Amino acid sequence: MAGVSSRHALPAPFHEYQLDAAYDEMVDSSGNVRPHYDRLYHGILNLEADELRHRQQMAELSFLHQGITFTVYGREEGTERIFPNDPLPRILTQSEWSRIESGLAQRITALNLFLKDIYNEGRILNDGVVPRDMVYTCKHFRRQMRAFSVRKDVYVSVAGTDLIRMPSGEFVVLEDNVRVPSGVSYMLVSREAAKRIFPRTFRESGVEAIEHYPQALLSTLRSLAPQGCVDPVIALLTPGVYNSAYFEHAFLARQMGIELVEGRDLVVHDNFVYMRTSAGLRRVDVIYRRIDDDFVDPLAFRRDSALGVPGLFNAYRSGNVSLANALGTGVADDKAIYAFVPAIIRYYLQQDPILNNVETYQMSDPTERKHVLAHLEKYVVKAVGESGGYGMLIGPHSTAGERQDFRRRVEADPRNYIAQPTILLSRAPCLIDGTVQPRHVDLRPYILYGDKVTIVPGGLTRVALRKGSLVVNSSQGGGSKDTWVLHHD
Amino acid sequence: MLSRVADSLYWMSRYLERAEHTARVINVQLSLILEHGAGSDELYWAKVLRSLGIELDDDEGDEAQSIAQSLVRETTHRASIVSCVMAARENARQVREQISSEMWAQLNRLFHSVRQARDGGESFDAREFLQSVKDGAHLFQGITDSTMTHGEGWQFIQAGRYLERTVALSSLVGSYFRELPLVHEESEPEYLEWIGLLRSCTAFEAYCKAYTADLKPDRIAEFLVLHPTFPHSIRFSAGALEGAVKAIGREASGRGTGRVERIAGKLHATLSFSQIDEIMGSGLDAYLDTVLRQSAQVHGALYQTYIAYPIELALGA
Repeated sequence: MAGVSSRHALPAPFHEYQLDAAYDEMVDSSGNVRPHYDRLYHGILNLEADELRHRQQMAELSFLHQGITFTVYGREEGTERIFPNDPLPRILTQSEWSRIESGLAQRITALNLFLKDIYNEGRILNDGVVPRDMVYTCKHFRRQMRAFSVRKDVYVSVAGTDLIRMPSGEFVVLEDNVRVPSGVSYMLVSREAAKRIFPRTFRESGVEAIEHYPQALLSTLRSLAPQGCVDPVIALLTPGVYNSAYFEHAFLARQMGIELVEGRDLVVHDNFVYMRTSAGLRRVDVIYRRIDDDFVDPLAFRRDSALGVPGLFNAYRSGNVSLANALGTGVADDKAIYAFVPAIIRYYLQQDPILNNVETYQMSDPTERKHVLAHLEKYVVKAVGESGGYGMLIGPHSTAGERQDFRRRVEADPRNYIAQPTILLSRAPCLIDGTVQPRHVDLRPYILYGDKVTIVPGGLTRVALRKGSLVVNSSQGGGSKDTWVLHHD
Repeated sequence: MLSRVADSLYWMSRYLERAEHTARVINVQLSLILEHGAGSDELYWAKVLRSLGIELDDDEGDEAQSIAQSLVRETTHRASIVSCVMAARENARQVREQISSEMWAQLNRLFHSVRQARDGGESFDAREFLQSVKDGAHLFQGITDSTMTHGEGWQFIQAGRYLERTVALSSLVGSYFRELPLVHEESEPEYLEWIGLLRSCTAFEAYCKAYTADLKPDRIAEFLVLHPTFPHSIRFSAGALEGAVKAIGREASGRGTGRVERIAGKLHATLSFSQIDEIMGSGLDAYLDTVLRQSAQVHGALYQTYIAYPIELALGA
């Protein structure tokens, strides 16, 4: 094992690898390379300096040619950017992963029970475990979903949960994404790139496969087919080519062999949904919708939506078409509800949560609000209904003016904000200008919930490529890297 | 296949065919104008624009040359080469997952090269650029034919390409025969004009093989309108269009596809059973007008049957 003390310079290309207070995925606190990273570490050491760079360029070129891009809003042309990918894989041991896996399965099961409950009987509200007003004031609560049982009681069939690793090494849940989580295509293409860059290390390490994700997603969608429908026609509903995740929509549709449709391709007649094809109208039974609730049906929700399908909601309530995810699931990933998820798990499953939450302060609580507002520079403040790194104040990196601005916003609408202590995300080795340096990462595994729970091993590791940055969102300068879950420890 | 997808494939193909046609016509004219002496360039270019189906307003008479220039590397005109390539690419982007990666890559390359030309500086070589557009379009067609399943989507691409070609050739041939006196003497300027027409249809060499370099208007008309196997003749294009329309009908079986097949079949049959002396006798212009009208009907019927059909009709079926 390589002795890598932080006082000694490491051999190139690791000579700029320095530890700090954050948990390091590759090197332990005494400066030794962790055993499960040993093979990759030596694999990199044995490469010629140019070879590493060359392989990275190779991978980037293949991204460009495959058109693996995301859209940047607000520019007339050249709006497609290549998704930044770091070639060095992030590695997890089997025992780390099995804990994560069982924790995520537990969480999604509880959240589905919670959604069924609040849209029907409301037991958890009557028992006072979750405050009633917190659910009803949630921006993503859909009263139209009341007293309607969705197919097989599956509300969330696709989730992407963001995990972070504390300085202690423990994985905790930062947020649940149970509306229309994206990024899974980058998980799959990052794997292709990593296999090209480190073929030998990959093979010798014994890495769990993830390539079956599209099939698993397809069978999850199949399991939601309306009653009596044996061979469902499934379509992926996209907002269209100008959406930032269009690449992913097209990619998944192609991988699953289902039709990629836009709102204008669908028509509803007598509460059945059809797509317009050159051979006439064809019935659609299951829709994997990648459009937000608000835009799904202009008759039921936002009237100005041009992306949706008029009448879709009634067809849905009639049970003639299934939607994945169901509408109104955003209540479960509201950041204020998030604080109650451990209680929700205990309430429905009578189990202790396997994965913990990050400590969270409700700004609607006067005592907690007072405390946080007095120490804003220490906290991360988030708007509860936002995602993608928007509407967020990172205390330690903020200016006095920004803090003042947020203080006013929080006081004006406390229900809309929560605060969390600033957490040092763990760091993993990344290839930066030909040297290997640590950068902060999180982990987003993708959970499928149909007749059973399926989680492909690993997920998308998002990385803040800017030095010192803690923001991993692709809209804010983040990239991705492949995640290897080893067969062993 | 989704109607929207069929629509995008059809227009992708039409726009690309249009870009290629415009590039070829202007390229030929840039060469011929050198022989033209020091005459009025405006009249010359006005004629070229008419042959491309672009009619100038009265007050635009002295801008013909600059409009022709803008067709090459600007986006001010919707029929310009850059606009057409961009529109083709935008249509392809909408159906990115339906075409092969190779097709997308080639269309992208072409798109970037015309965009560079638009943004490029003074060292622009128009003829080289026009040649590269033609080559790029040909390469795209070759890649399409060899990498995409020859199913319904491919047939919509064929339909778009040959409908566009039928229309473009009819306007081009029509305008030449309207503007040139049909005298049978070999005066040099006219000789050059006829060469220009043949070259604009990539037909000069093929014509010479059939009739030698003896350029006679009747023969030229016969060759460009009625030749059964030359790919840039109107009859050949109408035949390929009919073939595509029939194939689409077979793919989308069990629907009322009779109308579009009948119109496309009639267009092709008219061209197949016409004789050049009859056509010239009763007027080539009127004949080509009928071709244009019937092409427009094929387009309309294709839309009503497969793309923009009323829902009530589809549910009744």
